[in-house]
Amino acid sequence: MSDQIDVHKVARLGALAVSDDEVAAVGQKLNAILGLFDQLAAINTDGVEPMAHPLDQVQRLREDVVTETDIHEYVQQIAPKVEAGLYLVPKVIE
Amino acid sequence: MTWETVIGLEVHAQLATNTKIFSAASTAFGAMPNTQACLVDLGMPGVLPVLNKGVVDMAIRFGLAVGATVAEKSVFARKNYFYPDLPKGYQISQFELPVVLGGQITIEVDGKKKVINLTRAHLEEDAGKSLHEDFEGYSGIDLNRAGTPLLEIVSEPDLRSPAEAVAYAKKLHELVQYLGICDGNMQEGSFRVDANVSVHRPGAPFGTRAEIKNVNSFKFLERAIMFEVERQIDVIEAGGQVVQETRLYDAAKDETRSMRSKEEAMDYRYFPCPDLLPLIITPAMIEAVKADMPELPDAKRARFMSQYGLNDYDAMVLTNSREIADYYEAVVAATGGKDAKIAANWVMGELNARLNNDNLSISESPVDAQRMAGLIARILDQTISGKIAKDVFDAMWTSQDSADAIIESKGLKQITDPVAIAAMVRGVIDQFPEQLAQYKGGRDKLFGFFVGEVMKATKGKANPGQVNQILKDELAK
Repeated sequence: MSDQIDVHKVARLGALAVSDDEVAAVGQKLNAILGLFDQLAAINTDGVEPMAHPLDQVQRLREDVVTETDIHEYVQQIAPKVEAGLYLVPKVIE
Repeated sequence: MTWETVIGLEVHAQLATNTKIFSAASTAFGAMPNTQACLVDLGMPGVLPVLNKGVVDMAIRFGLAVGATVAEKSVFARKNYFYPDLPKGYQISQFELPVVLGGQITIEVDGKKKVINLTRAHLEEDAGKSLHEDFEGYSGIDLNRAGTPLLEIVSEPDLRSPAEAVAYAKKLHELVQYLGICDGNMQEGSFRVDANVSVHRPGAPFGTRAEIKNVNSFKFLERAIMFEVERQIDVIEAGGQVVQETRLYDAAKDETRSMRSKEEAMDYRYFPCPDLLPLIITPAMIEAVKADMPELPDAKRARFMSQYGLNDYDAMVLTNSREIADYYEAVVAATGGKDAKIAANWVMGELNARLNNDNLSISESPVDAQRMAGLIARILDQTISGKIAKDVFDAMWTSQDSADAIIESKGLKQITDPVAIAAMVRGVIDQFPEQLAQYKGGRDKLFGFFVGEVMKATKGKANPGQVNQILKDELAK
């Protein structure tokens, strides 16, 4: 069994709102999922190359040519706040 | 007691492609906000990234240039964190399987060569820009930069002083520009350097490192590392411990300070990006890039020494950038390859001084290689002396005229007729009987005085070599 999960930390990293009332229940569910991963981790994978993608195909490449056009007026219709072409968000500064 | 410093650098080089790494939106600098951000860059649902071939070719080009292994298979991963200028909530990067592994850069500090090993170089996308100044209570977000391709080049902790770190960063800066994979503009953020710094006692294991960010010039890189080394030594000598953290360099205060808020979010939960398949680089792709590789700085330096007979220093200065090297070679070619050393002196001397003075790059030089060659040709065929050539060059700088036209219109043609020079020499000698007597009496130094008077009388136009010879002959009479 994995270590008990730190629900507050996971919630913060995932930007999820988990109230104090919910912490115990959410923690239980997450730990149950981790239990399943423990079962997977128990399988012997010696000599097995890690899978990067379930499709057995390789990345196709695009030529380096501009084909996109300016769509900012169109997409900014759904933005909550816009000024001088910029998206405005509540102030974030380090 | 002494301390040893250990430094490793992470350089983000913005790749000089037309389009973004995963979308066909333009990467041109300076566009109006958000006019170059398409649905992929905005992280809209239902769209998928498609990798840019130009980005892959540039990564291969870099790998080949530093003698690294270009990975046959590399994988893109998601680096997860939340910030408004990162619309998807994750940055697509490479984690376990980067595109370039290993490689070396040779630096030179105080005449000593040293090989710096590279750990890796990986591809990733840049974030957008946040503007915190102009909007009360809000930050403005411009996503034009979101998705711009970056090559993050990570060195081993092989650097031992701020001077070595700067030498390495400059060498890398020169190399990526030579390769044409990055414009190297540090002011616009095209070439960004982060430094991992630690100190330890000789013989002891490496100390705990701090990472310095926000360094946008080589001068600041040196000062930031110097400050950080002193700070860490002070902490340890006061009985404290260095904390592993990210620190921001403040150029105005010349200090580094902790970015604590960044620490908490350090858990990036990388995992392979399900939207992208593994990148497979075939031998054919590598061969195609190889066939297209430009001459690299070290090879060019060696060739300048052997082909043009330049010394190590001249060859180094002239190959400092591809533009200078190209200009120089154009001048030499246009003068028929006759005297490559004079061309070197002019490019490194007068031209360089004027460019610095007017704050111009060589590609903006008012005097192009053809006109410069025209001037040098007149020095070589003795139409003008080197001294007069400087006046002609000044006139060329502020006009479109050729050296020939200026020499003609200003009557600067050198006097090389021995009869005419001899007449002027005799005139000068007759003018100064007292000095002549002293010279004859053994004051050899007065020879210079006579040379000066002859040059003055001819407004500097007499051929200096001939003046010396004829004067010597006349004084001996």
